[in-house]
Amino acid sequence: MIDVENLRIKFGDREVVKGVSFSVRKGDSFGIVGESGSGKSTILRAMAGLNESWEGRIAFGGEAAALKRPSGFFRRVQMVFQDPYGSLHPRQTIDRILSELPLVHRMDNIDKRIVQALSDVALPQAARFRFPHQLSGGQRQRVAIARALIADPQVLLLDEPTSALDVSVQAEILNLLSDLREARNLTYILVSHNLAVIAHLCGQVGVMLNGEMVEQLSAQDLRAGKTSHAHTTELRMLSVGLEEPA
Amino acid sequence: MLVDIQNLRIAFENRSSRFEAVRGISLSLGAEKLGIVGESGSGKSLTARALMKLLPSNAAITADRLSFNGIDVLSASEKQMRQIRGKRAGFILQDPKYSLNPVMNIGRQVAEAWRAHKGGSKRQALEAAIHLLDQVKIRNPRDVAAAYPHEVSGGMGQRVMIAMMLAPDPELLIADEPTSALDATVQAEILRLIEELVSERNMGLILISHDLPLVSHFCDRVAVMYSGRVMEELKASDLLNARHPYTKGLLNCMPSLTHPRDRLPVLNRDASWLTA
Repeated sequence: MIDVENLRIKFGDREVVKGVSFSVRKGDSFGIVGESGSGKSTILRAMAGLNESWEGRIAFGGEAAALKRPSGFFRRVQMVFQDPYGSLHPRQTIDRILSELPLVHRMDNIDKRIVQALSDVALPQAARFRFPHQLSGGQRQRVAIARALIADPQVLLLDEPTSALDVSVQAEILNLLSDLREARNLTYILVSHNLAVIAHLCGQVGVMLNGEMVEQLSAQDLRAGKTSHAHTTELRMLSVGLEEPA
Repeated sequence: MLVDIQNLRIAFENRSSRFEAVRGISLSLGAEKLGIVGESGSGKSLTARALMKLLPSNAAITADRLSFNGIDVLSASEKQMRQIRGKRAGFILQDPKYSLNPVMNIGRQVAEAWRAHKGGSKRQALEAAIHLLDQVKIRNPRDVAAAYPHEVSGGMGQRVMIAMMLAPDPELLIADEPTSALDATVQAEILRLIEELVSERNMGLILISHDLPLVSHFCDRVAVMYSGRVMEELKASDLLNARHPYTKGLLNCMPSLTHPRDRLPVLNRDASWLTA
């Protein structure tokens, strides 16, 4: 479904993504972990079409994506951002936020789509005419997911979707994401610094260090500690050491 | 007793409504490490800020007792509070990017903190600052002292904040989510550093966080807050034997690397927790 080959991204003279390749089958999920500055979000933004200067190949469903994406692309690939406080327009109602994309793509039955999208992410219909500040952080992230789903995409690009949320709300959003993936046969790319979150949602994991993907392994191997690169081992040890109560 | 809080209540009022955000909290702390854990809005940061009297003007504080090392915070004057804030109790906030002055180099900022409390010449203060940067395990303290905040990493910035807080030899350190803006590898380093310094100098520590297992690694005791009340207070080593369903729920709903699960249990909030 998704093929990334030898992706290189430069900011000025500095290369921040140095030839990254991976592929994801339809219905699977691929996780990218790494520390800040390792280039993981930069990859995601290039895939989403938010950065138009990259080299290499990014293909969705066998079809290579152009540097400048045609509008139909965004019906198939959508992105969910980290901060639900920053990614929703503060002066637009949820109704307005959710209608934007169907209007741009001249879709029919907008009203029905919004009702459906709200119920898909388990938000009450009453939320439709509220403003973002009247919702909790978890509800806002649900709105952001509903906005991504309203075009009925095949791929969701998730950039730290739960790291601004409390652990109890994180559990709800992670469950929602796995339910949606199953119901709609979605393909996810999930970027996070939290190994446990990645392993929970993704079958395959890529580890970023200084712009390079130094290791790709299955979540099972990651859980079992069958890591080969020192950085993966270090990240895993930290995560295991701190997740158990003392 | 370094900190003694009995029945602390904090309410926000406006013309038409009143909302009580902290509802009768009692905590006490000696030269030990206390973790306060809870979700956003549970009142954990407000509790710590009340101790320093750093609340917005529309907040109404009442308490049977709110004292810092024998000083009654509620009746203390602004002048007395200034003796506590920064001097006898240091405050470390979440993001060093917003706490450091962007147009002053690091050495001068740390020196300024030292001089404000200890006096002395500028040259002495700068030497003291470099010594402090060395104590927070910055390898090349002279170079870092000459750098500006935007030139150092987040972890380094947080070390600088800690160095500034240590300048007046405080008795208590309050760290409000000191590492949530940092990477996992740096997070552990900074928490270990805080723990070491606190033990070495025999200080008290209040560590505020939303991450229950993490806090338990670096504290002696943990107080779990929910909706403005302490649900349960327990020894950090006893966390696995937590009795309150809220504490258990918080521990349970985190995804784990070593114990995979298909679905995460969701926290069912019981209405009785609000009153019980």
